[in-house]
Amino acid sequence: MFEWMQDLTDHPRELLPLGRWVNAAVKYLLDNASGVFDSVGVAVEAFATGIERGLLAIPASLMIAMAVALGVWRLGWRFGVFVAAALLLIVVTGFWPQTMVTLGLTLSATLISLVFGIPLGIWCARNDRVNALVRPILDFMQTMPAFVYLIPAAMLFGLGRVPGIFATVIFAMPPVVRLTSLGIRQVSVEQVEAGSAFGCTGTQLLFKVQLPIALPTLMAGVNQTIMMALSMVIIASMVGAGGLGNDVLASIQRLDIGLGFESGLAVVLLAIILDRLTESFGVPRLARES
Amino acid sequence: MSVKKISVRGLYKIFGSDVSIALGLLNQGLSKDEVFERTGHVVGVNKVSFDVAAGEIYVLMGLSGSGKSTLIRLINRLVEPSAGSVCIDGVDIAAMPQSQLLKWRRNRIAMVFQSFALMPHRRVFDNVAFGLEIAGAKRAVRDERVMQVLRQVGLHTYAGKYPAQLSGGMQQRVGLARALAVDPDILLMDEAFSALDPLKRTEMQDLVLDLQREQRRTILFVSHDLEEALRIGTRIAIMEGGNLVQEGTPHEIITRPANDYVRRFFKGVDTSRYLTAGDLLDHGYNSSAFNGGPRMSSATTLNEAMKAVLALGEPVGVFDAANHLLGCITPNSLLVKIAEGARHV
Repeated sequence: MFEWMQDLTDHPRELLPLGRWVNAAVKYLLDNASGVFDSVGVAVEAFATGIERGLLAIPASLMIAMAVALGVWRLGWRFGVFVAAALLLIVVTGFWPQTMVTLGLTLSATLISLVFGIPLGIWCARNDRVNALVRPILDFMQTMPAFVYLIPAAMLFGLGRVPGIFATVIFAMPPVVRLTSLGIRQVSVEQVEAGSAFGCTGTQLLFKVQLPIALPTLMAGVNQTIMMALSMVIIASMVGAGGLGNDVLASIQRLDIGLGFESGLAVVLLAIILDRLTESFGVPRLARES
Repeated sequence: MSVKKISVRGLYKIFGSDVSIALGLLNQGLSKDEVFERTGHVVGVNKVSFDVAAGEIYVLMGLSGSGKSTLIRLINRLVEPSAGSVCIDGVDIAAMPQSQLLKWRRNRIAMVFQSFALMPHRRVFDNVAFGLEIAGAKRAVRDERVMQVLRQVGLHTYAGKYPAQLSGGMQQRVGLARALAVDPDILLMDEAFSALDPLKRTEMQDLVLDLQREQRRTILFVSHDLEEALRIGTRIAIMEGGNLVQEGTPHEIITRPANDYVRRFFKGVDTSRYLTAGDLLDHGYNSSAFNGGPRMSSATTLNEAMKAVLALGEPVGVFDAANHLLGCITPNSLLVKIAEGARHV
């Protein structure tokens, strides 16, 4: 009965030309919507360039001092020492400018992800139908291999930062959407009722009850988004996004294992610092005080 | 009875997509289970009517699933009524437009929750200030009022702590203070003390009774604990499967339970404590033989009646408020009634 299926498995034919449709869609967008992509591209480019220039304009010594101060404030002097040592190591190995470019890309992509992700997460928490629709899209964004959309992004936006940031946003946005939604849904029924019982409007309920109580979970989402953005901006160097990814890529091309280790280590150190710092903002105040 | 504060008439709550069909079937006299079988609609509250006087503590009692928590939420419309009216000071809350409802919730009614429902990110002080903040009270007024209620519940030294740093009993004091802060006429308490250990529960009941002596609020109290209901209730309403099956003073509930469902709550409760001299009469004793001996009022508590009768060792005449002889208590009848408890009064 299912012989046709076996036959098709052994001798694949194109019954459902999904790939051709996607090609046609990308071509259609290139031909007809390039104006839209251009203006989005210009805006993202300006935003990312601004952040990158800003970071590069700050002298390394001042930047390190600020990072150490932040580390000591949030996590204590031990972490401050680690931050100082890690950043000095990056300076000494000569990767400081690239690290700042990578940080800039990560921050740009993260900010864009949060601007779209947090409201989307709130919407998902409040509306089951939106949630049911958005979940598979998030699965798609997270698991579709990055190269698959990195290349069309480069076709649509041209090489450079913009397709890199675009791909990074796709990859890094899902955690903050999911965890914002989860955090709000985890607020207990009675806490929400308490808000309503004292006469909260919908907006007051969101900002005075749901979001503050969801904040630790939401911050875990922000942390995940930053980490995923950092890992993705390295890959995005393949479309010319720049930063530490360029060195990683060069080390692969030249089989320079030492260069690969040095640049990879800079990524790791930056990741640890960003992870611990953002994580510290998610811990409830009470736990920090006692 | 004094002024009617809350007047609930024909109140229904039906959970489901087409409420009118279920309502129609209920009006045709079908039971809650039949309605569920035919339509899949769950009847949470089934045609409930009752009145609460100003200053009363009215206890809604029932097992879980009896609809008591739904009923209390219909009063401040956390749950939308399917039909019926909830008149408070003559205004039907069920028909109130949303904007007016918000205003009313901010100023006139407050609620205390079983799980405390405090905001973990706010300090005790800011938790108590919550209602005033929502109502838009000026900061100075708010701060003064918060400290005032924190003193009333004995927590003024904990103002700077976070809820997680307090014990369960203290957290519920915060919950109570938050409700009192807005100075509501009506206080809704949903199983407010059920999550506390027995000692703390009694302590909180005393606190409510103390506060009630100073500032008469109308309190609607949901509980599944008869002892609690008897202790604090002016009147008690017993709910079963969405219906209100009996309503009365603690003494009426104890001495004249409407059915076995009500009687089931007596289990493990020393109901004899709530008996009065009028319940202890010796019906085998010929009271016409009583002339001019010792006497007592029918409202005398069991303890006092016991002391008097056992000390005298002879029949004591029991008189009602109009000074009619109801009968006599003999040492024998006293002991028998205590042994039987309230079940056989």
